[in-house]
Amino acid sequence: MKIVVCVKQVPATGEQRLDPVTGTVIREGVPSILNPFDAYALEEAVRLKERFGGEIVALSMGVPSAKETLRRALAVGADRAILLSGRAFAGADTLATARALSLAVCKLGGADLVLCGRMATDGDTAQVGPMLAELLGVPHAADVAHIKRVENGRMTIARMTDDGYRCERLPLPALLTVVKEINVPRLPSVTGVLRAARAEATVWDAADIGASPEDVGQRGSRTRVVRTARPEKKAGCRMLGGAAALLTALKAKGDR
Amino acid sequence: MEKNGVWVFCENGPQGVREVSCELLGVAARLAKQAGTRVIAVALGANAPAEELCARGADEVLLVEDAALDAPEEMRYTEEICALARAFLPDIFLLGGTMFGRSLAPRLAARLGTGLTADCTQLEIDRETGLLLQTRPAFGGNLLATILCPEARPQMATVRPKVFPMPAADRTRPVRVTRRPGVAAPSPVELLDLLRGEAGVNLADYDVLVCVGQGIGGAENIARAETLAKKLGGTLAATRPMVDAGVLPYARQVGQTGKSVAPKLYLALGVSGAIQHLAGVNAEVLAAVNADPEAPIFAHADYGVVQDCGAFLEEALAALG
Repeated sequence: MKIVVCVKQVPATGEQRLDPVTGTVIREGVPSILNPFDAYALEEAVRLKERFGGEIVALSMGVPSAKETLRRALAVGADRAILLSGRAFAGADTLATARALSLAVCKLGGADLVLCGRMATDGDTAQVGPMLAELLGVPHAADVAHIKRVENGRMTIARMTDDGYRCERLPLPALLTVVKEINVPRLPSVTGVLRAARAEATVWDAADIGASPEDVGQRGSRTRVVRTARPEKKAGCRMLGGAAALLTALKAKGDR
Repeated sequence: MEKNGVWVFCENGPQGVREVSCELLGVAARLAKQAGTRVIAVALGANAPAEELCARGADEVLLVEDAALDAPEEMRYTEEICALARAFLPDIFLLGGTMFGRSLAPRLAARLGTGLTADCTQLEIDRETGLLLQTRPAFGGNLLATILCPEARPQMATVRPKVFPMPAADRTRPVRVTRRPGVAAPSPVELLDLLRGEAGVNLADYDVLVCVGQGIGGAENIARAETLAKKLGGTLAATRPMVDAGVLPYARQVGQTGKSVAPKLYLALGVSGAIQHLAGVNAEVLAAVNADPEAPIFAHADYGVVQDCGAFLEEALAALG
């Protein structure tokens, strides 16, 4: 089974700070990590490879330093890693990102399965996975909590819904986005770390994947961020003496 | 610019059309008025409640009437909805940010080659350009970003449940239904069983959430918090550390990596107030109880009580009888 796992380098959560004067996000000195949800996608890929054999390619788009994040993917079991990087990719919205990833998957000769985390913790949109599936022309299941069976070119999965879980059977090739319930990611083995230390992600630019400048990056994006603002502050917290006082205040507010 | 209406996707849930779809009909009615256009409810399946949809704000229901479409499924829905969109060219298309909506909307946007903004909390028509101003929290809720889709159509956005109020039902509004035949072949995806149960609790269904964090104390306090939640007409929610520790199931996790919620009352017990947690909370009233007077949660709360959670729960349950 050939599996492509899409991963993203994100700022370490809890480290997002705003410049108090400009209101912009401080990026300097903020450590980067592998998007936490992508660790579950990687682990699931490794488990599938252990059962069915095949190859795992970790695929990312980002700044050159994202190579270090891809090294983590290599350490836990990816056979190789591709980083889409270059000026043409900058400023991409979710659709332009999905388009770049889809061209890269095509250049890789396609995949039996594409795995993604359910969302990235910086953008929070959960859009790239389903968009990538559409651009690849394959079915997808989002928020997958369990891969139950793989047989005869079909995969039976359980996905989280608003009301519980739903089991579905998808023909391969397909794309899954996974939730953290799906597994407990392993730590990299010593041999994995050593192998990753010697390996290096391959960097592809727009020309390498046959993307024209209007396909990807800001020019390939359909959305534009026109302004950012700080949310209005709360009027202030009213401190109360205990439970009875709080229940009384809530009741008074509710009655108004 | 085309003025071919504000579309709202009406998602079928276990008890008919989901409430968020009706909430969006109210938003769409406001936008359509500003833009001088109409509200179209897009419904699929055999049992679309056209009267209800029109009472909540739809000028017309665009219906693909086919029992095979009763259960939401991305592949077939993408085919049917894109066929409608290409025939009728909507200007704006809103979808509820349910788990299914967040899976379907990107697929539709990619097929239609248009922009999509997730989890909008404000939607307005720009007076000068007539474009949809789509505002959403960014960077863990530290910023509000306003996003435009200047050229491609439709301008697509998802909105989480309970972000906008349910519009009052006006039963005097005319009911107009346009039926279109289904065009798509059966989906390659087979829907098998649905599993409900504890894991299937939907926090978005509750007006009151009592959230427990690491400062809650022992298991008996969690049981008491659950009793309190029930007495207040709500249910229990949890922070990520509590779910990671296996105290409560993932379906009850609120925050950036869990559910986004917008209840009337969010009572945070022993919750420190990490930005990742608060990013998922958009409550009308946020009340916080924490033994630590310096807990960051108080900077975001409307009401605060500095108290041990066990003592607070004892007093609260006694007060409620």
